[in-house]
Amino acid sequence: MRVSKSSRLSKLFRSAMSVFLLAMAVIPVVLTSSQPAHALPAFARKYGLRCSACHESWPMLNYFGQKFKDNGYQLMNDRDAPIWQNPGYWPVVFRITPIWHRVSVGKVQVDTYTAGAPDGGQAVQRVSTSGFDLSGLDFHTGGTLEKNVSFYLLPSSDPTGAFHFEQVFVRFDNIFHSSWFNFKLGRFELDNLLSEKRILTLTGNGGIYQTYHFIPQGDGNIFGQIGDNQLGIEYLGHSADDRTRISASLVSSSDGNVNLSTGANSYSGFFAGSQAFDLGRLGVQRVGFYAMAGEAATYYLTQGGVPLGGSGIANKSYSREGFVGQFYFGPHLDLTVVTQHGSDNVWFGQGYGNAILTDGNGGTTATCSSPQAGCPANNVPGTALPMGAQAPSWNGATFEGHYVYSPQLIFIGRYEVEKMSQQANGAACTACLQSSSGTYTAVGATPSNFGNITSYTIGFRYNPFMSSRAGLAWHNEYNWLHQDGTGPANLVTGALTNINTSEILMGLDFDF
Amino acid sequence: MRTRLRKWSLLLGAAAVLALPLTSWAQLTQFDLEKTLNAESHVGNVTGRAKDAAASYRRYCVGCHGTLGDGEGENAVWMDAPMYQKPRNFQLGVFKCRSTPTGTLPTDQDLYDAITRGFDRSNMPQWNTLSKQERADLVAWVKHFSPRWAGEKPGTPITVPPEPEVTAERIKAGRDVFARVQCWKCHGVQGMANGPSASTLTDDLGRPIAPFNFTDGSRPKCGDTDQDIYRIFMTGLDGTPMPSFADNIKPEEAWDLVFYLRTFMAQKSKEKGLAKQLALKPVDPNAPAGQQ
Repeated sequence: MRVSKSSRLSKLFRSAMSVFLLAMAVIPVVLTSSQPAHALPAFARKYGLRCSACHESWPMLNYFGQKFKDNGYQLMNDRDAPIWQNPGYWPVVFRITPIWHRVSVGKVQVDTYTAGAPDGGQAVQRVSTSGFDLSGLDFHTGGTLEKNVSFYLLPSSDPTGAFHFEQVFVRFDNIFHSSWFNFKLGRFELDNLLSEKRILTLTGNGGIYQTYHFIPQGDGNIFGQIGDNQLGIEYLGHSADDRTRISASLVSSSDGNVNLSTGANSYSGFFAGSQAFDLGRLGVQRVGFYAMAGEAATYYLTQGGVPLGGSGIANKSYSREGFVGQFYFGPHLDLTVVTQHGSDNVWFGQGYGNAILTDGNGGTTATCSSPQAGCPANNVPGTALPMGAQAPSWNGATFEGHYVYSPQLIFIGRYEVEKMSQQANGAACTACLQSSSGTYTAVGATPSNFGNITSYTIGFRYNPFMSSRAGLAWHNEYNWLHQDGTGPANLVTGALTNINTSEILMGLDFDF
Repeated sequence: MRTRLRKWSLLLGAAAVLALPLTSWAQLTQFDLEKTLNAESHVGNVTGRAKDAAASYRRYCVGCHGTLGDGEGENAVWMDAPMYQKPRNFQLGVFKCRSTPTGTLPTDQDLYDAITRGFDRSNMPQWNTLSKQERADLVAWVKHFSPRWAGEKPGTPITVPPEPEVTAERIKAGRDVFARVQCWKCHGVQGMANGPSASTLTDDLGRPIAPFNFTDGSRPKCGDTDQDIYRIFMTGLDGTPMPSFADNIKPEEAWDLVFYLRTFMAQKSKEKGLAKQLALKPVDPNAPAGQQ
């Protein structure tokens, strides 16, 4: 029997529609079916607890998980012993995230072409980049070495596979049988109530807290970045139920970079305290504060004009102070607020401090020396501050809310704002002269909003399934960031322009 | 031949259909549980509601205790008695740690304390980071699993008399009680959980269970204050071979026993010091009754 072409096409179309409709019917069922939400791999495998027991949404800790961490990765029962292992226990977790993302930068200065050849002109345009990509790879391992002695080790790579040690420390807990005496030594995250290392977002600008990292444009103090892991020693004390927590850290002013190429001979202190209150059906609310104060070198001895790593002197001071509130509105909705004030010494404001540029992995990237163009400033003897130079200061705030539909589905929204309150070049600097690149150029007062940041991030993470051995989150996120005055100068008027950057990211964040 | 086969098939099929309701009778279903979602608990001035605990139970508890509260969560398969205690089956309405007499239901405060304190030597951690309201809601949720609460009221908490002063005489008297009620048969003469019956013990569900070892530094399951220990042997641990001795020993004897048991424990105590001075010898199981 012959079948006409139109009939075959019609059949094919009906088959395709059937498959499509079936897929549309099945996919939501698969995605929304309530699978058992098991434990986070390493510790959950040991204790047989679901990941949701410790994490509001992995990797962000809830109060129970925070207490487990504060006790040195111990539940304070006999299961803490290193020899006590669940048959499913394997003490190593890896985490990596294959993603698709699209980054769009509002203003980029590019060359212009005429008749297929560069014409020497320039234009400003939006540049967008999209494609499939990878995150870095993390290997987490941690646990008890002995009762009340624990460790954590996190070798981490960038997307190309270049490894460094993101976290390494040993903890001593419950000294004198008291939860108020705990110490750790190594490279660790500062005791931030809003932990950047457990952030729920992954985009380039949304994957960090701007408040923790903001420094004024041209500022040379890279050391006060609260979100980065730091090298040092930390004291932590907490009540038995973890409602009251205090901590104090002494860290090298190296921003966690190893080898002391920067940060030698200079230290910073970090102090945090918080108190939680049980407000009945609203939940447990926590308020706290933190402060970081320290000093860092602005002058590095030179050899042949090139700064010598580890030789930093002429320390100058800086400080950060903040308040944190974690507010719960029932079991599904919460809001965390961080406000921070920051100020740097006047020398940092003029770009001194990071004369030894680090690559973030313990290496150095710069071998040149100021006053060559493009080289970081070095506060060599005899350097004078330009007229009108002043200590920069700023204020920032982060508001992050979560709607936890279930332990498997969380919606995230964040608003961040960073505003300069005093620029490094004040009004008195109008028409003054500043030494730069060996020549003298006139500079004016920096616009008061120069470098200000506003950022929005929204997203959700859905764990279609979890097991006691692995976790998988379908991650979706959008970030938009606006910065005042840091775009390319207007090609006609020379005026500073603002820049907007946006990124959309989808990926599968998984660990095993 | 074919007719006979068909007849048997029909009979077996009918029997299977008829047996189906029996399986649901033996095991509560989600449908049954939804009828008891109005369960409440009263802890101090906090009223807990079962319907408000669903999210917390799913987040913290369901992995071990299971969706139906039958102790068959996904982690239960990894817990082999007696080394690992199986999660509690809430449907049975039988609880070890109570302030109420043996055989009775615990008070809401008992369940609240159990959630707060956790259980040493089990997978149940301390949940004292949860808000009081969350814990009270979870108590109501635990109650909604068992039909016992629909027809029974919790027992009246036993009275724990004021703790007397520890003396050498009391410790010696405690040793006599230890011998008389034969604690050593399970716990061993030195409290090391190695009595002659220790290896044969099973719980009410027939699972192997180990007696408490007083010497290894573990905390007693139902609390480690003297009052908690007193309460344990006056109420018994329901569902386990540990009976109530409320009818066998007087309150002052129970305090004596508490003091004697303290001499076994790893933690430093006044009792240990006094026992050392007395040079107390362990109970001799082979000696005639009264001379052990």
